[in-house]
Amino acid sequence: MAKFIKKEKGDTPGISTASLPDIVFMILMFFMVSTSMRQTDRKVKVSVPAASEIAKLERKDLASYIFIGEPTSQYAAQFGTDSRIQLNDSFRTVDDIRDFIASERENLSEADRPFMTVSIKADKDTRMGIITDVKQELRRCSALKIMYGARKVN
Amino acid sequence: MADISFLMLIFFLMVTTMDKEEGLSRRLPPLPAEDQKVEDQKVNRRNIIQVKINASDRLFAGNEMMDVSQLKDKIKEFLTNPTDDPNLPEKEMKDIPGFGTYPVSKGVISLQNDRGTTYSKYIEVQNELIRAVNEIRDEFALQNYGKKYAKLDEDRQEIVRKAVPQNISEAEPKDVKKQ
Repeated sequence: MAKFIKKEKGDTPGISTASLPDIVFMILMFFMVSTSMRQTDRKVKVSVPAASEIAKLERKDLASYIFIGEPTSQYAAQFGTDSRIQLNDSFRTVDDIRDFIASERENLSEADRPFMTVSIKADKDTRMGIITDVKQELRRCSALKIMYGARKVN
Repeated sequence: MADISFLMLIFFLMVTTMDKEEGLSRRLPPLPAEDQKVEDQKVNRRNIIQVKINASDRLFAGNEMMDVSQLKDKIKEFLTNPTDDPNLPEKEMKDIPGFGTYPVSKGVISLQNDRGTTYSKYIEVQNELIRAVNEIRDEFALQNYGKKYAKLDEDRQEIVRKAVPQNISEAEPKDVKKQ
């Protein structure tokens, strides 16, 4: 009859880890879906200004980015500390914007081209001079939809 | 199994960037064609307000120096013109499909900045201008539909946008003199 005698030890059973893979998988799936990998290396310091009347960019895939700011410390020796423009992966000048916009436009499908948005991510200490130049160049390339990058604050 | 998924989890945790794409959406004016005369840009004096930011980040609106906190109310007064002041913009009765006629303000805000203005100040002022327009839109929406602008459906938002247009002109670059 020993079979039916319960072990009366005071041990609390350990937490079952059988569901751990499921949980990890779930988190993994979440990160895989929500992730957007950074395509470019930032070579300029950008801390965008704050604003309250913020709109979200509806279609991220239609956006092209222009970064404007001081070169980061590792490039400061080479490029100085004056505000520079970064397109894709390298420092560029205002004259290169035309080619940049043209190539970005090429990458979009015919139907999406009118909705292309240029997102200007400029550091908050940048002077407007360089941004005005960029804006004028964008007008010349007729890339008129722009967005000034900003972060939400109430 | 759990190890591999852990490894992948760590990988995705590291590479993920969750920066949201947000900002102030604007539309630049197209460049005038070279043969086009400038005469059609002539706007009645009372219909335009000059908002200038100079190189030392001082703000002038309608030739008055002011703080950014005062700007929104100034712009709201300019755009709504509640007392039909002859110095403030005129209104034009416009027929808005789906709503009827509504006196739409002809006011235009002209934003000018110096090359030395800082970007953060510029965005701050832009933000105030947009806030003024958004508040007027909200008021209009509340009055007519009992809801805020953002809560309306697409068609009604369109009507509100027509009734309260966002006429902010980022003027041709001009150096604002120190005043």
